[in-house]
Amino acid sequence: MDFQSCVNIQKEWDIVGARQLGRDISRKIGFGTVDQARIATAISELARNIYLYAGTGKVCFETLEDMNKKGIRIVAMDEGPGIQDISQVMEDGFTTSGGLGAGLPGVKRLMDEFDIISHVGEGTEIKVVKWLR
Amino acid sequence: MSTLKLDLENYKELLQEYITTKDEQALYQAEQFSKHSMQQNISPEEIINVHIQSLQEIYPDMPEYIQTSMNFLLETMISYGLAYQEYQTLREKQLELKSEISVAANMQKTLLSTVKPDIDELDVGALSVPAKQMNGDYHHFVHDNKGGLGIAVADVIGKGVPAALCMSMIKYSMDSFSEMQTDPSVILGSLNRVVERNVDASMFITMFYGLYNNNNHTFTYASAGHEPGFYYHKDKDEFEEIDAPGLVLGVSPEITYTQYEKQVEKGDMIVLLTDGVTECRTGDRFIEQEEVLHVIKQYSHLPAQGIVDQVYKHFERLQDFHLRDDFTLIILRRNV
Repeated sequence: MDFQSCVNIQKEWDIVGARQLGRDISRKIGFGTVDQARIATAISELARNIYLYAGTGKVCFETLEDMNKKGIRIVAMDEGPGIQDISQVMEDGFTTSGGLGAGLPGVKRLMDEFDIISHVGEGTEIKVVKWLR
Repeated sequence: MSTLKLDLENYKELLQEYITTKDEQALYQAEQFSKHSMQQNISPEEIINVHIQSLQEIYPDMPEYIQTSMNFLLETMISYGLAYQEYQTLREKQLELKSEISVAANMQKTLLSTVKPDIDELDVGALSVPAKQMNGDYHHFVHDNKGGLGIAVADVIGKGVPAALCMSMIKYSMDSFSEMQTDPSVILGSLNRVVERNVDASMFITMFYGLYNNNNHTFTYASAGHEPGFYYHKDKDEFEEIDAPGLVLGVSPEITYTQYEKQVEKGDMIVLLTDGVTECRTGDRFIEQEEVLHVIKQYSHLPAQGIVDQVYKHFERLQDFHLRDDFTLIILRRNV
């Protein structure tokens, strides 16, 4: 896949870098303030998951443009422990019960498209898309 | 008052009106506006966005730091918006669960239904009310072919769905027992084996089983760790505890239950119950056993069903109409 740009996630500070880059790209695409904030929050969540559970990984961005719509694709990749039970982490109230953030269901709500592939022991890849309306 | 829409124009007008008049009327409309927005699932960050845009239009020369600070506020609202959406989803799920449970509760009612016997010799009153939707108490009347009436009262330690599932199993095992064999000790012994084999060790079931013989008016009974019932002597106007020691069902496979017998005189009463009756609470205080007996005595001029109903009403009120545990009470009184 050809990405415009990626941010490596190794320390907590990198979450901010990923947010910043994602926000800049979103602004260029033409997203308004609310959507920019939502996209940044989704990036935070994805990057934080990498930082907390996989240790290292990267978040990549891609501008989508076809005949009649524009959007942004964000892909978060890591080679961490993977997720055993995806249905469970996608369940409302599972990760958020401790009040520790939006969790993956939150990311799904913030974006328009959501896809996750995870293999235990190999890693996780999450792809999300938001379209400009 | 006009109907409110979440649109910029509307919000801007309201805001402008309030800035100039500082009038309560505009604030009331703001309240309506927010309620209406919630109905439309509008997130807080969107309201703030509308606020920012309204400000920009009302004050084209708005200082940049205000604009920036408003964007900052918007950012902090995103997570609240998410939590709000999650709450909506969970609420829908909860309603779904509730309706599923009420279907299950109806099924349970049909499954566990028992017909209150109508015999000349015996006046019978029975009532079982679940604390939640599903009942973890169980009572059942069985007629045998020798003119006897079997009465089972059981209680699963625990409430709600798991307790109710457990009770359905008890009911089916009892149905499968032969009508020839109605000795309380034998019935409890057989049930004990069923429970021991099929139910998780963390679940305890207590049961009292009694057999009333209509021919010679004896009451034979045995208990598997169940809340003791009471025997009312009409001649002495006194209650006596029906104590029958025995282990709760399912603890160990080979248990024998001792069977006891009592001669029932005219006007005497047998009171069977679950701990939902004796352990009913008012505030932090458990009611005393005497209080239950006192209330029963108070209504003893009524038919058995009347007593049972009045006792329930009494304790329902005492607990502010909110039962803490399933409540089952059965009263038998010899008529003739």
